[in-house]
Amino acid sequence: MTESEHGPLLSIEGLSVTYRTGAGEVPAVREVDLTVGRGEIVGVAGESGCGKSTLASSVLRLQPPSAKVEGRVLVHGQDVLTMNWGDLRALRWAGASIVFQGALHSLNPVQRVGRQLAEPIELHEPALARGTVDGRIGELLEQVGLPAERAASYPHQLSGGQRQRVMIAMALACRPDLVIADEPTTALDVMVQSQVLGVLSGLVAELGVGMLFISHDLSVLADLCDRIAVMYAGRVVEMGAADEIFTRPLHPYAAALSAAFPRIGDPAARYAPAGLGGDPPDLRSLPPGCSFAPRCTRVVEACLAAEPPLEDHGAGRSAACIRVGES
Amino acid sequence: MSAEVQPGELTPRITARQLSRRRRRAAWRDGWTQFRRHRSGMVGLVVLAFFVLLAVAAPLIAHADGLEVTRATGGVLEPPSAGYWLGTDDKGRSVLTLLIWGTRVSLLVGLLATVISMVIGTLVGLLSGYFGGRAGAVLFRLTEWFLVIPFLPLAIVLATVLGPSLLTIAFVIGVTSWPGTALLIRSQTLSIKERAYLERARALGGGRWHQIRRHILPNVMPMVFANTTLTVTIAILAETTLSFLGLGDPTRISWGSMLDDAYTVGAITTGSWWFIVPPGVCVVLVVLSFNLVGQALEDVLDPRLRGRR
Repeated sequence: MTESEHGPLLSIEGLSVTYRTGAGEVPAVREVDLTVGRGEIVGVAGESGCGKSTLASSVLRLQPPSAKVEGRVLVHGQDVLTMNWGDLRALRWAGASIVFQGALHSLNPVQRVGRQLAEPIELHEPALARGTVDGRIGELLEQVGLPAERAASYPHQLSGGQRQRVMIAMALACRPDLVIADEPTTALDVMVQSQVLGVLSGLVAELGVGMLFISHDLSVLADLCDRIAVMYAGRVVEMGAADEIFTRPLHPYAAALSAAFPRIGDPAARYAPAGLGGDPPDLRSLPPGCSFAPRCTRVVEACLAAEPPLEDHGAGRSAACIRVGES
Repeated sequence: MSAEVQPGELTPRITARQLSRRRRRAAWRDGWTQFRRHRSGMVGLVVLAFFVLLAVAAPLIAHADGLEVTRATGGVLEPPSAGYWLGTDDKGRSVLTLLIWGTRVSLLVGLLATVISMVIGTLVGLLSGYFGGRAGAVLFRLTEWFLVIPFLPLAIVLATVLGPSLLTIAFVIGVTSWPGTALLIRSQTLSIKERAYLERARALGGGRWHQIRRHILPNVMPMVFANTTLTVTIAILAETTLSFLGLGDPTRISWGSMLDDAYTVGAITTGSWWFIVPPGVCVVLVVLSFNLVGQALEDVLDPRLRGRR
């Protein structure tokens, strides 16, 4: 995908986020570089606790105040992390919005859906007349495939998929250029998930927004995204075109994630379901070498010496593994 | 599609203000329909309406002259008769007249004290819950401090220092009865503050004021309402207590001061039940009605509880 002439929509440069807890410092995100262009969907994959949600929340500076943040997060070329409070509030939602995971909890249970959809519009365009706002809410709901009458419903009167679509509609309420989807389909069943994903990708194509899509499900990302970044223990360990990563992963962790999904029509995969042994590392005491080494099937002596850097392997692909070139 | 107003379709023909007015009216009608289905709530409302009417129309029903000791027409502690439906007090005044005029003071003090108490309690609870840190801690300590001071001695001291008057009594009850509300609202605020939709509100670009006004306050409101009815109860009883102890406005008749009078003249020992029972029954009726209405209101105002009876 091409970047607009003003540079990428979102550009994350050397971002590190460290949580200060009672039990010591937890580096949740370590030196991540990532860009999202206009009309592009970039996926972030990884298991629980690898820092993907922290990455998402730091784009709008929503991480808890105790977190220590280093690096730069540029949205439209402006650094979110050093922005003053007023600019930040203006950027939130009007410039970049989030589709949260768990739509049920992200909606206020005692307010009608329409009123909640009006909330970002009232915050960012307070001069709009009530009728105009109502009209836009109707359009938004229809955009995500819900009838406009649903605005009068309370969240508990909607199904899980409908609620998630309301959240998507809300993310689009102020016509942002960038949408961050933080595991928007996690709590949904497969059919509803594919509906919601269809709505999302349709909107990206139609409105030309950029999207950062976070998920643990590599197959979903491979379907939806242009590029994928695979995260492990707070770092990006592999990056490249979506289908390439899914079909020909370079990093052993990406390979394990990809192998976790059975290929339909491949009898071998049926009898040997691949998984990944072991647990993700304790972020407070990371091993000195490659943080994936303890679980890696291809580990050699050199892996334990130093953390491998993210190296370019041509055709827009990069991986952080010293054994990529071999065999 | 029903006859309901559809936002996108009718906007060209009616203005936004008409639309919002129509919608507000529909919401009120809806709430009233819900409330009417609540039988005990309706009973409470009818009883309350009766007493409010009585308080407002007191000068029309019973002449104010009936309160003056010098113009008393009846005998001392006469039992109920055709002339005096509820008998007379020790000064020859009609107990019914006293009771009707007493409604005014009891309701007024009760409501005024409740408003004071609810405003302080909600504000302190909300702020101490929302702004943790030092400010929150100070407010919380203040709440606890007021909570551990025994109510009656503090109220007596305040009433003595400020002098006996209607406003004093309302003020005293108001500033001594808020800590319970504050604790309740604080705990509710703490729990709501951590909900995901508050993070969403932050992500929307909403400031603290927006978060409090749009999400936290509406969520604690049903609790405030439910608590209001409890506080009214406490306030009316407290007014009765303070008046009974002789700390009320001596120039005004309230149900509490009637009970005080009855006690001092030994209405119990002389068996003059008509002087004691009516004010007591009135206090109980009003207190009970407020509770019934409160319960019904909580059901109507909280959409999650709707249709679950």
